[in-house]
Amino acid sequence: MFELRDLHVHYDMIHAVKGISLRVEQGEVVALIGANGAGKSTSLRTAAGLKKPTSGQVLLRGEDVTAATAQKRVALGLSLVPEGRHVFTGMTVRENLELGAYLRRDSAGIAQDLEGVFAYFPILKSRQRQAAGTLSGGEQQMLAMGRALMSRPEILLLDEPSMGLSPLLVGEIFDIIAKISKAGTTILLVEQNAMKALRLADRAYVMENGRIAATGTGADMLDSEEVKKSYLGGA
Amino acid sequence: MDVFLQQLINGLSLGSIYALVALGYTMVYGIIKLINFAHCDLYMVGAYIGYLCMTHAGLGFFPSLLLSMAGCMLLGVLIEKIAYKPLRNAPRISLLITAIGMSLLLEYGMMFFFSPNVRTYPPMTGLMARSFTVGGVLLSMQQVVIWLITLALMLLLQYLVHRTRAGRAMRAVSLDKDAARLMGIDIDATISYTFAIGSALAGAAGMLVGVYYNTINPLMGVLPGLKAFVAAVVGGIGIIPGAMAGGYLIGIVEVLVSGYGFSMYRDAIVFALLILILIVRPAGLLGKHEGEKV
Ligand SMILES: Nc1ncnc2c1ncn2[C@@H]1O[C@H](COP(=O)(O)OP(=O)(O)OP(=O)(O)O)[C@@H](O)[C@H]1O
Ligand SMILES: [Mg+2]
Repeated sequence: MFELRDLHVHYDMIHAVKGISLRVEQGEVVALIGANGAGKSTSLRTAAGLKKPTSGQVLLRGEDVTAATAQKRVALGLSLVPEGRHVFTGMTVRENLELGAYLRRDSAGIAQDLEGVFAYFPILKSRQRQAAGTLSGGEQQMLAMGRALMSRPEILLLDEPSMGLSPLLVGEIFDIIAKISKAGTTILLVEQNAMKALRLADRAYVMENGRIAATGTGADMLDSEEVKKSYLGGA
Repeated sequence: MDVFLQQLINGLSLGSIYALVALGYTMVYGIIKLINFAHCDLYMVGAYIGYLCMTHAGLGFFPSLLLSMAGCMLLGVLIEKIAYKPLRNAPRISLLITAIGMSLLLEYGMMFFFSPNVRTYPPMTGLMARSFTVGGVLLSMQQVVIWLITLALMLLLQYLVHRTRAGRAMRAVSLDKDAARLMGIDIDATISYTFAIGSALAGAAGMLVGVYYNTINPLMGVLPGLKAFVAAVVGGIGIIPGAMAGGYLIGIVEVLVSGYGFSMYRDAIVFALLILILIVRPAGLLGKHEGEKV
């Protein structure tokens, strides 16, 4: 479904991602966890086509999209909810959601997906006419996720969706991610909240200094002493 | 009172022209954060295209206007592709210097190929030459045409920016390029589209000014360009309605100042006023944090 193969990414002299390989199968939820600066966001941005890799490959639904534009990848069914949300602050909630469907022409399907997004995030429905910049952080996160869903993605990449949210809201966001997965969307989830991410995930990868340090099922990782010590607060 | 009304009418005409040029500055700034110094020269080129169409090709006013707009659109898009696009990831100062170079190239290229001499637009004929008095105020058909064309172009622009897919893409790119790419928006195409629209508006302004003031020359864009740029800043750079408001404000103030006998200090007074506005409202008249940008 989705694969990174021996991916290297540089920012000028900084070697941020040092040859990672990972796969996500159809219907899976895969978690990617790791300390700050490990290279998680860089990997996702490279997968989405915002950053060019130095070497390695990005495969999407059987196609090598390493050289493809971000646009092509969206068309092929990849959608990234970037770290920090990046909603279009000067536009209304509704316009943000409509931009999510920018490449689509099927207005009936778009209308249907809009209702779907409102079902996940009822607050967005009542805020449709409001400028996205006036939403709270949690609401902006919901908008960013809703916007990504509007492209009807096959695979959804989520970069720290729970960042900066209240514990209550974190729980809510994780519930919705589970629902999105149940509805058939494949998910690659980057999270600081490793405990919650591992509970939700079928499989997980741990990144350290630009490399994959460990991998296994979500349950295995939760039990692993190594992972516990480093990422779960030494529990 | 009559003097005031008369000057207001004249100011509205000049303001229309500044507003059209200011729109191009603000749109290009909104999308690539570049002060496009060559923009004022597109206005000059537009005036020349209109001149050539009307004198040498013997075309009427409207066909000439459309051709000036089309010619400037093409030139604006080419300039972006050839001169600015390769510098997309270069330091901002390189881009700015390139824009200045492009401006000089257009001005002195025009002098080289078409001579630095002043050219005179043919006099308008028929309905366009008419003028009438309304309540003691002289109104020429040309002025009415300038207002109406400017109004039509602004409405068209609002429609393009707010109601079309490409317009929505433009606003998205100006707000957040990465997020726009994640929506599947083609950034290069959107930037070209922005240059096309802004340049066409400058072309229209050049043609209108030729008809209104009759004479054109290769350096005619410099001072109006500066004023239009200031209009864009005063309105709030990157904000479309701000450029319109700024353009009209400058045009009207300038004409009023001249009309009351201070034409010697016209530019000084205009710029002093603008500095004052910017001291009070540094983000411009319509600028605010959540301002809609293009
Ligand atoms: N735009 C950039 N320019 C230069 N270096 C960068 C840039 N973005 C990231 N880096 C560097 O690349 C490395 C990986 O960063 P990245 O953002 O991918 O980490 P991360 O795992 O997402 O961290 P976090 O958990 O804090 O979000 C870091 O050393 C970071 O400083
Ligand atoms: Mg990150």
